[in-house]
Amino acid sequence: MSRWIERQRNILDLTLSSLLRRKRKNAALFAAYTLIVFLLASVMFMSHALKREAASILAGSPEMIVQRISAGRHDLIAADAAAKLSELPGVQEARPRLWGYYYDPVTGANFTLVASGEAGLDPGRIAVGEGVARMRLASVGDSIEFKAHDGSLLELEVGEILPRGSALVSSDLVLVTEADFRRLFGTPAGLATDIVLRVRNARELPTIALKAAEIYPDTRQVLRDDLLRTYQAVFDWRGGLLVIILGGGLLAFIIFSWDKATGLSAEARREIGILKAVGWETSDVILMKSWEGMAVSLTAFLGGVLLAYVHVFLTSGVLFEPVLKGWSVLYPAFRLVPYIDLSQLAALFFLTVLPYTVATVIPTWRAATVDPDQVMR
Amino acid sequence: MIELGDVRKVFNAGRPNEFVAVRGISLSVEAGKATFLTGPSGSGKTTLLGLIGCMARPSSGRIWLQGRETTSLPERFLTDLRRRTFGFIFQQLNLIRGLSALENAMLPAYPTGEAHRSIRKRALELFETFGLSPKEHARAEWLSGGEAQRLTIVRALINDPAVIIADEPTAHLDTALTLDFLDVLGRLKAQGRTILIAGHDPLVSESPVVDRVVSLRDGMIEGGAG
Repeated sequence: MSRWIERQRNILDLTLSSLLRRKRKNAALFAAYTLIVFLLASVMFMSHALKREAASILAGSPEMIVQRISAGRHDLIAADAAAKLSELPGVQEARPRLWGYYYDPVTGANFTLVASGEAGLDPGRIAVGEGVARMRLASVGDSIEFKAHDGSLLELEVGEILPRGSALVSSDLVLVTEADFRRLFGTPAGLATDIVLRVRNARELPTIALKAAEIYPDTRQVLRDDLLRTYQAVFDWRGGLLVIILGGGLLAFIIFSWDKATGLSAEARREIGILKAVGWETSDVILMKSWEGMAVSLTAFLGGVLLAYVHVFLTSGVLFEPVLKGWSVLYPAFRLVPYIDLSQLAALFFLTVLPYTVATVIPTWRAATVDPDQVMR
Repeated sequence: MIELGDVRKVFNAGRPNEFVAVRGISLSVEAGKATFLTGPSGSGKTTLLGLIGCMARPSSGRIWLQGRETTSLPERFLTDLRRRTFGFIFQQLNLIRGLSALENAMLPAYPTGEAHRSIRKRALELFETFGLSPKEHARAEWLSGGEAQRLTIVRALINDPAVIIADEPTAHLDTALTLDFLDVLGRLKAQGRTILIAGHDPLVSESPVVDRVVSLRDGMIEGGAG
């Protein structure tokens, strides 16, 4: 066993010396390799972490939303429908919500406005997300002007800046009182944006949705799982978009590494001949070349993955943020919770490390199976 | 020590470019002696050295090493035998560029599984013996002709082989370096090693170090079996 280990050590030792001989070529190869792994792993980490973030936020959201549809579009619903829906068997709570989007001409961004009774706001006061405060340069006690539906100006005082815990969603959020919301958007009393339901047993959701549809045929029922699927599809689509672009780069790299690895130079062939002549077996030569391929590809893989981790989780994916996080002008400054999917990492490993190692070994095997006496000629 | 019985070697057999390099040679090489194979280019010297040194298999005939038949051994055993029994000094030196002199010398011992430290110790002792100590870290391509020649001798000796095979070792050496080389051969012979040299340098063939000269022509021994 110790002889086996020593043999591996000796051959590995020579492999490293051999790699250092061609510093420039190997450094260029290593850099290209690391870059590709870094880009692929970044997309992977980011889309995955975003999906998880969205899922964890949605986990706290209502199980069902009932929205009125008029001419195929979302319309306001009578707030007293909540009372009727809450009488359905299995429904724990039904509550009308008031929310909407406000285009802020000062910053050119869209804010999400929600009328909240739970925030304990006094009339004329609002709570804003971190992104809103940043863009409007507002801190607690400052006033923000909003342009109401009738063209008048409504000045609201910032009473609180929302914590950054769920920055992805709350960053562009403005919480207002119901009265201020109705004044701003001109929403008539007795009407709400939609109605949210909490149920006792999630398995009853489809039945409750059916019953709600029977009582209010002009409504649609949005289940939390539907939202989750939509979010995932959007992130998958965006992630996929980047992967397709990167795929081109990956393909170029595969062709490049294939060319580098398979086209053994006359010098490399001569060296293999010398090793065979001085007493190396074909398997020793292949072992050495495998180590060589592994040393480049494995370190590049680890380096690329490590860089991607830093990029995504420590610098908030500064390179891909605009594509993966959304089209809104208002980008939340937030840090994703580190999460690594081992199966995806394994797939990346097999896509990058394995082909290069195989591409290195096959031509070596072909060159190493010749009679060693050829080196004497 | 080494016996050859009616050994033939045919390259590209059955093809239009078929070439018979060795035509039924029978030869006996005595242990602890220096044998010089001479003859014009294409006479089969290098091929014969390759066959004796287990680098290639004969197309027909048998080779025995210390009474053990080697021609039918599988590649792994043949390689192991070659590594432990023979030390090679090539005409083209065949040093690996970019590697240090010390690493070049240690190469044949790497696959044996011997500890790196012990290989290194032995290599440094040989460097000392052959006056190469100051050059241990120098790259192979930075060495002078004489230093490179001595390095190939060190490499040939790293596994402490019983037989030294040298193919035209003095082809690129001037008289002084050739005499130095013969001096080294004399020392190796004195250690009890068997020496086989191929070439056509009269300085070597007429040297007192050489015990026997075998002359080849057209793949055969001139004057019959040796």
